[in-house]
Amino acid sequence: MSSPAIISGRDSPWLRCLENALPADRLLWRPEQLSAYESDGLTAYRATPLAIAVPETATEVVALVRACRSGNIPFVARGSGTSLSGGSLPVCNGIVIALNRLNRILSIDPDHRIAVVEPGVINASVTTAAAPYGLHYAPDPSSQSICTIGGNVAFNSGGAHCLKYGMTSNHVLGLKVVLATGEIVEWGSASREQLGPDWCGLFTGNEGLFGIALEVTLQLLPRAETYHTVLAGYRTLEQAGDAVSSIVASGLLPGAIEIMDALALEAAKAAVHADYPPGCEAVLIVELEGARESVAVDREQLDRIIASSGPIEARPARNAAERLAIWKGRKSAFSAVGRLSPDFIVQDGVVPRRRLGEALRRIGEMSREAGLRCANVFHAGDGNLHPLILYNGCNPGELARAEALAGRILRMCVEMGGSITGEHGIGVEKRDFLSDMFGADEIECMQRIRAAFDPLGIANPGKMFPSGEAQALAQRGLHPLEKAGIVFRE
Amino acid sequence: MNIIYSPETPAEFAELVRATPRILPIGARTKPGLSSVSPDVALLSTERINGIIEYEPDEFTFTALAGTPIADLAEILREKGQYLPFDPFLVSAGATLGGTVASGLSGPGRLRFGGIRDFILGIRFVDGSGRLLRLGGKVVKNAAGFDLPKFFTGSLGRFGALVELTFKVFPRSPGRLTLRLPVSDIDSAVRIFVAAANSRWEPDALDLLPSGDAVALRIAGPQEALPRIAAEILGRWPGEILEGEAADLLWSGLREFSWADPAGILAKIALTPRAVPALVGAARRLDGKVHVSSGGNVAFASLPPGANLADLGLQALTLRGSPLLWNLARPVSAISLAVKAALDPNNRFPSLNT
Repeated sequence: MSSPAIISGRDSPWLRCLENALPADRLLWRPEQLSAYESDGLTAYRATPLAIAVPETATEVVALVRACRSGNIPFVARGSGTSLSGGSLPVCNGIVIALNRLNRILSIDPDHRIAVVEPGVINASVTTAAAPYGLHYAPDPSSQSICTIGGNVAFNSGGAHCLKYGMTSNHVLGLKVVLATGEIVEWGSASREQLGPDWCGLFTGNEGLFGIALEVTLQLLPRAETYHTVLAGYRTLEQAGDAVSSIVASGLLPGAIEIMDALALEAAKAAVHADYPPGCEAVLIVELEGARESVAVDREQLDRIIASSGPIEARPARNAAERLAIWKGRKSAFSAVGRLSPDFIVQDGVVPRRRLGEALRRIGEMSREAGLRCANVFHAGDGNLHPLILYNGCNPGELARAEALAGRILRMCVEMGGSITGEHGIGVEKRDFLSDMFGADEIECMQRIRAAFDPLGIANPGKMFPSGEAQALAQRGLHPLEKAGIVFRE
Repeated sequence: MNIIYSPETPAEFAELVRATPRILPIGARTKPGLSSVSPDVALLSTERINGIIEYEPDEFTFTALAGTPIADLAEILREKGQYLPFDPFLVSAGATLGGTVASGLSGPGRLRFGGIRDFILGIRFVDGSGRLLRLGGKVVKNAAGFDLPKFFTGSLGRFGALVELTFKVFPRSPGRLTLRLPVSDIDSAVRIFVAAANSRWEPDALDLLPSGDAVALRIAGPQEALPRIAAEILGRWPGEILEGEAADLLWSGLREFSWADPAGILAKIALTPRAVPALVGAARRLDGKVHVSSGGNVAFASLPPGANLADLGLQALTLRGSPLLWNLARPVSAISLAVKAALDPNNRFPSLNT
């Protein structure tokens, strides 16, 4: 892999070669324009790119990628910039390709339950467009009102319903992609089945290292007829964890099983006036969904299990508004925790479900040792933790302590047989932990595959692999969109 | 005849790959068309690389060696009330876990929760340089690294040899009910596919039987809930509920391809419901039969020996009965060659096109 050329100045040949790819007014290079793209959802990092390209069509994206290839110019594809792992952090000697204007839903086929969309389409817009047909798009990251499908595909985004419905990759049926080599390929189709290797599966979660998706064929699912959502408050986290074990052992398959700890509850109360049973240190949210006859039977079983798990109080949602209120408290919890502290880091490691209690205990111990507070909101059904480490970047050394704590938590997840990331991806944030999870041969194998897609190493360089090239500066505070209450971290 | 090696350990397995210039992994060869390769290619059997390494019912996961028969796995899962929701094929015939992944075959149950690609979590495999590599993970949710486990699903052993696999499983619903809905023509079957797959009933399987005269619709859930859902379905389309043994026979017959001509060609086709009538018509003109599964997303065609598969009109993968792996030429992209070279630089494993 040759190292990308370092170039600067708007009159240099690289800019002219990009200007052939799209009109000059959609190539942004003034400092005030660049600053909006310096960071993503991982606000601790910042880098200023050389320019921002704002294509409006797939043809322009292809032309840009080919221009980058001929000029050996690094590029970072970006949707709404909500990555929590720094996945869309720019590179200082490269450009950002902002895909927000490729936001057309190209077709919806309600009979066959698929949607074909451009990469800049907002996740929630797919469900909005599908709703008149009684359909929805299942993956629901907490940032779904702002994050894009292109970003979801690049990072294999998850959400609260992964145990039953899987992640983004389980819903991508077809892709049209421009690779970093400039080659255009189409994989998969409108069918839910395929012949030969699963190229869509390989591309989904590539973290922008292979190329840029131009069209994505998504599977839609019929909206469940009925939901039964229960919120239960417990005196201890262990009790809530034990309730999860009992639910899983019972043979039920809930659509979502979530837990929030005391600090997260405190924050959700302050932020969205969420109402929780008094005196509880942990809240469990369980949701069943399906045909009304099935849910009616399953809910009796679930209610029995919860009643015998010793809750302070169990509150089933009596109507759609109460269900939405439960989810609002849950989905706002992370940003809400941010209000308790000037800065925070969120991790998304995974542990085997049976070790959740032990993992939470150790996170508590490690936080105390580090002298930092840590809130927990997590997808208990699939063991996906979200420890949120609070710190104040103004206090010397505190960011370093927070990062060290985050590292200890990730290594604990690997030791327990889990993963360093359940849904946020490696990005720039966890690249030095990849080798905790994979051996040198495995990393070398992935690098060979990356080189097959991108021999020059120009597509999102510095992400995923250890000792990357990306330059970044530390930054503090909430993302502007978080301050505005538009995006949430999870 | 091809030489067949049957190593006993993953290390021996890897050593054989390193030592053999041309080699293809095989399982129980229940889909012999996928390993009909030129005689100079040695076959690397997973027969003795066999057994469950760990099964964690509480985690909904297991890890097993590639040669483990699906039947053994299904039995152990059943004891804990769990199952592989994608209904693997050829279980009684001896299909292995590794072979099922490499062939990318999912049965009728893929309709509800997805196919084999949606349940694979991790793999250990030998690449073309003879290295044992582990990718993916062992927990139900993982986004670390490139998703090679998915890529290996349907890769036909052409990019590496699977040694060990980790899967997600689900609790099995306590109740199941199968409805047989007669249809007068294929268009009516497609209308049922579309309406039922979009309904509130959450069908578990939705198949056009090879006889072409009925749709089999299976629902699953709590036992008490099913009769009322079934009554609503039968109010919409005339038909009957198949009682226990009749239903079991229907699904096991489909699972084992017992309806297909054992001496003929058996091919898999990926399609959409709209393409079903044309495919069934084409197969009938070739004196063949078709099992259309998963609400019209996949079809299995049985054709007489020597039938011209190109006349099916759609891309097909030959599972048995034909010297050709594919019925129509597949476009070869630069990236598919580059990924092949990354995983198998010396072309030890045959090309995907042969």
